[in-house]
Amino acid sequence: MDLIHPTLTHFLVLGAVLFGIGLYGALAKRNAIAILMGIEIMLNAVNITLVAFSFYNTVKPYSTFLTGQIFAIFIITVAAAEAAVALAMIISIYRKRSTVDVGEINLMKW
Amino acid sequence: MATLVFWVVAIILVGSALWVVSARRIVHSALGLFVVFAMASGIFLLLNAEFIAIVQILIYAGAVTILILFALMLTRVSNPNQDTNPNSKGWLAALVMSALVAAGVVFASTFARSSTSLLGGRTPYGAGACPLPPNNVIYIGQLLYSPTCYSYVLPFEIASLVLLVAIVGAIVIGRED
Repeated sequence: MDLIHPTLTHFLVLGAVLFGIGLYGALAKRNAIAILMGIEIMLNAVNITLVAFSFYNTVKPYSTFLTGQIFAIFIITVAAAEAAVALAMIISIYRKRSTVDVGEINLMKW
Repeated sequence: MATLVFWVVAIILVGSALWVVSARRIVHSALGLFVVFAMASGIFLLLNAEFIAIVQILIYAGAVTILILFALMLTRVSNPNQDTNPNSKGWLAALVMSALVAAGVVFASTFARSSTSLLGGRTPYGAGACPLPPNNVIYIGQLLYSPTCYSYVLPFEIASLVLLVAIVGAIVIGRED
């Protein structure tokens, strides 16, 4: 049964579904930290996609070089940096405005 | 065996991600996020990416979740039961948009012509994939650090610079002045 055993397509669909869920969280939530959680889920979905491509890749030079996993490592690095800076910004905003609701943070809105 | 593990892990992963975006209290979302990261680590183990799985546990499940919990603690809102879900019609637009994006990606990776045929998408699990050593940490280390052969030394150094800038920037932004 080809539909049950996981192939590359299964992992890609899993990544797409996770990406959609994270996108919904990033678009719809009101708390800034919840938006950050949605972005982290999206980054994880992309990581799953990259590692799946790395595993199922049959093009020799790239599969031996594990390019997808290296990309995933860099994405994890950037995600950690992004989480640190974003949380510092949220705490800074909270100190000035006493809120983390993105509907009320409208200083740069026109 | 791998099939069963894949389905169990994938179902828990999607369910906990839905819990993250639908939970009313933000602390519950943070705890669901921990489950999401742990299950994604399981997916990486299934894909023979042991190093990524360990790094996922260390950085995401360890550092990022704790960082988010600390930020939640420091930004305690006046009403702890405050709802984080949208209260206007905005959630419907967000739902439609994210569903459209997800449907597009799913279409591109499954039904679109010759999208995955080149990459062995029709081969069963593991078969046809290149023979990897039982542990690919050595390969990743050679790729990241070896300055002689084809490697990622320069991106690695740039990534360390990014981390340095992020540390300094976080301290400067979060500083109390």
